[in-house]
Amino acid sequence: MTYIEFLDVYGGRLIDGTIVTIYQFFLATFVAVVAALTFGLMRLARSPVLRAVAVAYIEFFRGTSLLVQLFWIFFVLPLFGITLDKFTAGFLAVGLNMGAYGAELVRGAVLAVPKGQWEAALALNMAPHNRMRRIILPQAFIIMLPPWGNLIIEILKGTALVALIAVADLMFEVRQINITTFLSAEAFGTAIVIYYVIARFFVTPGMRGLERLMNRRIGKV
Amino acid sequence: MTENMESYPLSLEGDGIPMVRFQNVTKRYGSLVVLNQLDIDVSAGEMVTIIGPSGSGKTTVLRMLMTLETIDDGVIYVEGEPLTHMERNGRLVPASSAHLRRMRSKIGMCFQHFNLFPHMTALGNCMEGPVQVLGLSRKEAEERSLELLDMVGMIEKRDQHPSRLSGGQQQRVAIARALAMRPKVMLFDEVTSALDPEVISEVTSVIKHLVDTHNLTMLMVTHQMGFAKEISDRVCFFFDGAIEEQGAPTKLFENPERERTQQFLNAVLHAN
Repeated sequence: MTYIEFLDVYGGRLIDGTIVTIYQFFLATFVAVVAALTFGLMRLARSPVLRAVAVAYIEFFRGTSLLVQLFWIFFVLPLFGITLDKFTAGFLAVGLNMGAYGAELVRGAVLAVPKGQWEAALALNMAPHNRMRRIILPQAFIIMLPPWGNLIIEILKGTALVALIAVADLMFEVRQINITTFLSAEAFGTAIVIYYVIARFFVTPGMRGLERLMNRRIGKV
Repeated sequence: MTENMESYPLSLEGDGIPMVRFQNVTKRYGSLVVLNQLDIDVSAGEMVTIIGPSGSGKTTVLRMLMTLETIDDGVIYVEGEPLTHMERNGRLVPASSAHLRRMRSKIGMCFQHFNLFPHMTALGNCMEGPVQVLGLSRKEAEERSLELLDMVGMIEKRDQHPSRLSGGQQQRVAIARALAMRPKVMLFDEVTSALDPEVISEVTSVIKHLVDTHNLTMLMVTHQMGFAKEISDRVCFFFDGAIEEQGAPTKLFENPERERTQQFLNAVLHAN
């Protein structure tokens, strides 16, 4: 079987898998961004309770394996009465895991906004939530964009694990093809190329574009 | 607070109450005493300049008044009302954040490094406080801001972001931004120290214009001795966290009494 014949026969399944991977990727990214903002800001809160919750979240999701977390959410949570379908469990696990790294990026970026900006906002008598929303976060956002570019590629690659709870993503499809045909080189080789193409030609340029857009908005070109 | 608060009045009464009063104010960083039992009054409409060697506590005076620093002892009053404290059950207790917010609205500040918001235009910087804090409509805030940008000579740059402005231009926008809040007391913290020599005058002339045309109370920390002499009503020479000597600018610059003042002025004037 030539590679062209391989693509002819299995191309449809590879495309279906890729579409599921892209869905998982977008939803996991959304979860990661929301979790990172929530817990990253809680990590900076004055209340020790909020800070403790944030630290617990970050420590748990950063300190244990993503695969174990995925299995936990899918296989163990039902024992506590929380049953999630595999698709939801998949992007939730990846998103929450990466969100823990993102929370540290948010925290670091907020702290990296120059002290003078906090002081100028205080001198204008801005309320703390306004100061954060209007002055600090927009600047922190620009600071954290480059490291988020890395994290988002990690999210894409992390979604490959959802195949292990039988979400029919790209990785799941190539494993199935491999098991039934033993065309390992074709199957896994194609998967590697597809992951790389998404990361290199879609995610990275997208993040660069966002960085340029945000820099233009603060008058830097 | 390590001392008995009962020796401080709950508010200042009577005619001619000062716009700003520091009473027995002490600031420490660990064991380092930055300001030692400082007493100073600033009258409404007065322009007071603070000079002195670095580390003498000049900037700390302004930062405490802007509530950017807490104080360790003493009380600061603004318009006769305690700023750092508030009354509760007939005695002074440390100010709550609500009290600080109310009192802070009387004070505006310009910084050495301008601290403009980089993600907003010159006009956006000026409108931010009036819209977000004072609750003005965008139209009202824009009118007010344009008027002030015109006054500081920056109306043509209103749509530029700070990164496109020179230091002198940024500082003028910062002055307009602070004035847009209509403070009663303006603080200028070494506003020309970060500027290239050739643009210092564009900022000092704006401040001079303010002194001439507005009845603002102003406190300024500066190293520009000529400028201080020209526009101040009073000059305070700080040394080691206390006022070593103060007086009218002609007196202090031409006829200083204290030896430390003479030494400092000699050193500064020779350096120029």
